[in-house]
Amino acid sequence: MSQFGNFSYLVTVFLMVSGLYVVIARNNLVKKLVGLSIFQTAVYLLYIAPGKLLGGTAPILGAGFETYSNPLPHVLILTAIVVGIATMALGLALVVRINESYGSIEEDEIIEAEEGAQ
Amino acid sequence: MAIAVVALARSRNLLAVVVLAGIYSFLMGAVLVALDAVDVAMTEASVGAGISTVLLLCALALCRSDEAKPSQHPFAPLCVAVTTGAVLVYGTLGLPAFSDPQAPIHTHVAPRYLEEVPREIDIPNVVTAVLASYRGYDTLGETTVVFTAGVGVVALLRRRSLRRGDRK
Amino acid sequence: MTEDLVLRVVAKLLIPFIAMFAAYVQFHGDFGPGGGFQAGVIAAAAVIFFTLIFGLQRTRELVPDWIVETMVAAGVLLYASVGLAGIVLGGNYLDYFVLGATSVDGQHRGIFWVEIGVAVTVCGVMLKVFYMFVARRLEE
Repeated sequence: MSQFGNFSYLVTVFLMVSGLYVVIARNNLVKKLVGLSIFQTAVYLLYIAPGKLLGGTAPILGAGFETYSNPLPHVLILTAIVVGIATMALGLALVVRINESYGSIEEDEIIEAEEGAQ
Repeated sequence: MAIAVVALARSRNLLAVVVLAGIYSFLMGAVLVALDAVDVAMTEASVGAGISTVLLLCALALCRSDEAKPSQHPFAPLCVAVTTGAVLVYGTLGLPAFSDPQAPIHTHVAPRYLEEVPREIDIPNVVTAVLASYRGYDTLGETTVVFTAGVGVVALLRRRSLRRGDRK
Repeated sequence: MTEDLVLRVVAKLLIPFIAMFAAYVQFHGDFGPGGGFQAGVIAAAAVIFFTLIFGLQRTRELVPDWIVETMVAAGVLLYASVGLAGIVLGGNYLDYFVLGATSVDGQHRGIFWVEIGVAVTVCGVMLKVFYMFVARRLEE
């Protein structure tokens, strides 16, 4: 039973680690941003999974429902999702500008271009 | 979802990466509905699979659409990732089991919210009530963050060109 | 404008529904899942869909730049002024209790205007970012 109890955390950790891997192991800037968003969604899962009560329902008050899942993580994660797209939009704008300045969105090519220019 | 993520990490065609990210967001939305987080699921599906995909495709249209071949096998980052994963799993062993009603997350503020919303605010959607009323400052800050991101993108991408007379 | 007839017909059918769905999500955010953010994103998605099918030029005629830029700022201003209204009417900043005849009424009114402010800003920012990206592409 304890295995099942921690299964959601294992899934979360796996997604988080794979997002982290994509961010640090890949050179392509757009792929890094996608990896970052994977990491962020894993964090959302980390917050929301403990909030669920088996047998409860969504936190919308209605007649006939007794237990509700915890609404507090939902609120925090709602904010986090919107901030996440804001940063992704800004990051993509930066990538577009980097591409125009250096002609590439691969990190090692950009570093070479930087060192060659100095 | 794990399959989508692994395929995303290994794929080198960026268009496939974007589509896989959209699939991943939809799957995450489905998981969130199963976890009773309906507001969050709607936001994640519309934002992650909708706007995020659109913006990624726009950015890809402005750049190259394939990833270059990695020069060396990424052994060190894999080690770092696996080690971080092991440490995180060790950390989760101390967390309460899934859906434990006695967990601390359920015992402090949440019951107060669930009890006071029908009395003080009287709207059925507790999440909206908390977001707009009890945690209104957070939402103000978040709206400001979105505004700042918009201004930032405008500052980065606006082109002031003297040749084109009709561009603002 | 794309010449694909199926896409154009489907778009003409779907876009009004998407816009109406955005309004529904906005105003039913109190009673079901939804609220400002979702509504803003869905409304932006409707306009983006329109742009994909009919081109940026016609979208610019429909929702010109100045409207989008005003939306971006107006939402935050609306939110902040709801807070100021709380001060003017005697309470603290962002205090909804004093906004209406009874405190529950005040809460309803405050939440209503705040959610509209959030939706306006989110929709404006998404559209502005999209316009920026697409305009950059058209210039190349």
